[in-house]
Formats: sequence, structure tokens, C-alpha cells
Amino acid sequence: MQILVVDDETDVRDLFQQRFRREIRNGELQFNFAFSGEEALGFLRAHHSEVLIILSDINMPGMSGLELLGYVKEEFEMPPTTMMMITAYGDDESYRQAMALGANDFLVKPLDFSVLKSKLSQLNS
Amino acid sequence: MNQSAVYGELLFSALIAAGIGRGLSKFLDLPRRLPRWNRLLSYLWVPAAVLFLAIAIFKLRSPLIGEGYFLLVLVLLLAVLLAVRYHRPARTLLFAMAPFVLYKALELLLEEPDGKLPKAYDAFMDTTRYFVLIWLITFVFIARSQKKTLEKERLVREEEEKAKRLIEIQNVELERLVVERTAALTTQAEELRGALTELRTTQAQLVQSEKMASLGELTAGIAHEIQNPLNFVNNFADVSVEMLSELREEQARPERDLALEAELLSDISQNLQKIHHHGQRAASIVKGMLEHSRASTGERQPIDLNHLADEYLRLAYQGLRAKDKSFNATLVTDFAANLPQVEAIGPDLGRVLLNLFSNGFYAVRQRQLRGEAGYAPTVSVSTARQGDEVEIRVRDNGMGIPEAVRQKIFQPFFTTKPSGEGTGLGLSLSYDIVTKGHSGSITVNSQEGKYTEFLISLPIHQAG
Repeated sequence: MQILVVDDETDVRDLFQQRFRREIRNGELQFNFAFSGEEALGFLRAHHSEVLIILSDINMPGMSGLELLGYVKEEFEMPPTTMMMITAYGDDESYRQAMALGANDFLVKPLDFSVLKSKLSQLNS
Repeated sequence: MNQSAVYGELLFSALIAAGIGRGLSKFLDLPRRLPRWNRLLSYLWVPAAVLFLAIAIFKLRSPLIGEGYFLLVLVLLLAVLLAVRYHRPARTLLFAMAPFVLYKALELLLEEPDGKLPKAYDAFMDTTRYFVLIWLITFVFIARSQKKTLEKERLVREEEEKAKRLIEIQNVELERLVVERTAALTTQAEELRGALTELRTTQAQLVQSEKMASLGELTAGIAHEIQNPLNFVNNFADVSVEMLSELREEQARPERDLALEAELLSDISQNLQKIHHHGQRAASIVKGMLEHSRASTGERQPIDLNHLADEYLRLAYQGLRAKDKSFNATLVTDFAANLPQVEAIGPDLGRVLLNLFSNGFYAVRQRQLRGEAGYAPTVSVSTARQGDEVEIRVRDNGMGIPEAVRQKIFQPFFTTKPSGEGTGLGLSLSYDIVTKGHSGSITVNSQEGKYTEFLISLPIHQAG
């Protein structure tokens, strides 16, 4: 299962790679990383229909996660992409907005990886 | 000579004497100069009255009585003139009358009891009479003119006196006015000083409230900025614990995968570094927040402007994003490599940069809200070294600032934002911090509807 992680913090890559090292080793999950909304869109266009799950930060310079969400839902209808938002702001307004734009889930930083793992395994099965 | 003629002459003499006495009294201002003599002069009729009675009682018929009385009066007048001889017209009158009185006395001496002069003296006495009369009249006129001159002089003197008194009065009035004005001015100065103190206090309060306001704006940004490092600290710590247990498991196996163990160890060590790095990051954000709210300590330290500008650009952006989620902008940084550190008060310069960035974001937001097609809101910051100075440029492609407004932006309390949104102190504080606090300069360049660029120049080393 292909997962694209979008965040402006580059250490996210190391974190995900370590957290999911077993799944990666097993070949259960494959991770790709983009460090801005623009980069994410570029990646999605280049690897159309490969990515099933997008995990995106909301607050990023330039294109925000919510904008990215809007573009993704518009451009990549098929196959249906699961989009999970991850943000440092757990406020209702962001949540409502993300859900209205069609986000599948909404996670708050600091990220609880056990929760994320169970959600991913649910999606996988 | 009959008795009535004697009476007539005496009466005539008495009348003339009274007239002359009155005239002299007036001419010489005797009531003032010689009050006692003047009273005496008013009794000139008394000898005449006595003589009248004498004539009536003793049936005297000598015409010499009237003349004698007249001479008496003349002598009396001479005495009066002598008494006031210090007065110039009086002296002149004395001079005028003396020959006349002498003549009269001589006449009386030479006259026979019937009042007739002996024929032998006729011619001499006639000539003399004319001479003394002309003498008398001439000198009386001279005395008159002298008196007039003196009168004029007196008037002039009096005018002068009057003017002097007037000036003195005016001086006194002026002095009073000066005292009054001085008192008023002193009071006013006191009041102004009070008002100034009050204004200073108010300004200090406003400065503090401006700091608190920008602190509020910062808090949201800080919350976001602090959650990110915390996310890493927590998760790298957790994953390291996991990896350690995996390592133990691996070590417990009979066939150990040494390559995996080495990889795990290197990852753990890397993670610990990352935890440290992100912990530091969180700490510096908290420190920055504290420094921002605290009054400036005025302590100069070597500052890396690239780092400072980057930090505050992010803070400003996140702060704005926290308030307005639909907002986004492209941040462009162009930092000069090997930029020398600048001796500066970090928190103060941070406030300046935060202010410029916030304004930049506000300006691009305003332009974005107009809905121009293809508009990409951009705020950029660049640094460069120029000789002994370091330059920081903060540029936005927002609304721009009209010329008229540009001249006022550094004035305290000047703001173009709707009321309640800006205190109008941000740029004036920034100006003070850069110019007074760091001996630098801050200038603005803008084209309406296109861009605004602030240029800060700071000396690398503070003089003194």
C-alpha cells in the first residue's frame, strides 16, 4: 500500500521510516514524502493511481494541507484516495473544514503512531 | 486845595495801590511764594483809611498826604519784590520800580506843602519823570515777557514731569504684567510638564500593550511551532524505546544479525540527537516568547540575522495563519552566506522583523482578497553585507503604500488598519529600535499596487 506523507518538517521522513520500519521491511507499506503541498501535487500527477493514502499536515508555507485536500479530491477522483489530515491545531474549525472538504480522518500532533497504525491496518484489510 | 480834592487824591491812590497790589500778587504768584506778605498787601487800604480819618479829624489839607501814602505803598511793594528777588521777573520789576520810587521820594521831598514843585526843578523833574516812566514801562514789559518765558518753561517741565510720571506708572504696570505673565507661564510650564509626564506614562503603557498585542498574535504561532518539535521529541523517544527492545531481542537470539544491531544502534543514536535538536527548538521558541514579552534589557549580543529573520518570518506567518486559515503565502528567503554576526539586542530586532513581516502578510492578504487572477502572495526576506553594515530587505508583493501615507508610516499612532486592529505603534517602535537602539537606518520603498520593501541597515559593530 502506497502512502504519501506531506509535511514541511523534513524529520517526518526519518520518524515515519523508523516507526513503520517493520511494515516497510515486510513490504506491507511503502512511504513517499513531499515537503510541501506543491511537491505533493507534482508527485501525485507523476504517480497517478499508485498512491492510496495521503497523510498531510495542514499548516505549511505556500499551499496548505486543506488546499491540497481540495485539489486532490477534485483531480484524483478515481481511484478514491484516502486523505488523513494531521495538524498541530486540534480546533473544531480546522476539523470541520477538513471534513467538509472530504478528508477521511483528522489526527492531532503530537501524533500517536499506535492509533495511526491501527487506522492504517483497518484500511488495509 | 480843598478837603475833597485831598480825599479824591487819597482815594485814587488807595485804588491804584489796591490795583497794583492785586496785580503784583497775581503776577508774582504771591499767595504761593509769600503768603504772609500777600495778606499784608491785601491790607493796603488800612493806612489809607487811617489817613482818611486823620484828615477828617484834623482837617488836614495837605496834598502830600496822598502822595506820602502812595510812596509808602511803593516802598512796601519794593520790600515785597526784594523778598522775592530770587524770582527773575521780580528782580526785573524791582529794577523797573526802583528809579520810579526814588523819583517819587525825591518829588515828595522837593514838593512844597501845597503840593507844587518849585519852578527851579520843573525841567529836571519833567525829564526825570519821563525817563523813569519809560524805564518803568520798559522793564515791566521785560518782566512780563520773562514771566511768560518762565511760565512756558514751567509748563514744559510740568509736561515732562507728567510724561515721566506716566512712564513710571506704565513701568509699574508693565512690571506687574511681566510678573503676572511670568506666573502664568510658570503655571503653564508646570501644567505642560505634568501633561508630558502623563503622556510618557501613557506611551509606556501603550508600548507595553503593543508588546502584549503582538504577543497574543504570536501565541497561536508559537503553539503551532511548539507542537511540531514536541511531536518529534515524543515520537523519536517512543521509537527509540521500541528499537532498544528490538535490539535486546536481537541480542538474545542464538544467531545474531550484527548488521541489523548496528543499524538499530546508529538509528537510536541519531534519534537521540534529533530529540535533543527538537527539544532545543522548543526551548528557544519559549525563550523567544519570554523575551518578546519582557522589557528590553538593552544587552547587545552577537546575533545571526539570518537565523533571526528566518525564525520570525515563520512565527509571523504561523501567527497569521492561526487567525485566518484561508490565508497562505509563499515565503522566499535569500540569506547571504557567511553573514557576519551583528552586535544587537536580539529580542528588539525580532520585534522589528516580526512587525515588518506581519505588515507584509497583511498587505498581501489585502491584495489577495481583491481576487486578482493569478496573484501569488509572496513575502520575501534577504540579507546582504554592505561594507561595515548588514542589510535586511523585507519585501512583499502586496498593496503597496501610497506616497502620502509613506511619509507618515513611522509616526507614532499612525495606522491605516481599521480601528482595533493596529495601534499605529509597530513601525514607530521599529524605527526607534533600529535608529536609536542600533544606530542603523530603516527606509521604505514602495509602488502602489505592486510591492513594498523595507530596508534595514545595521552597523556590524556598534560605535563606542
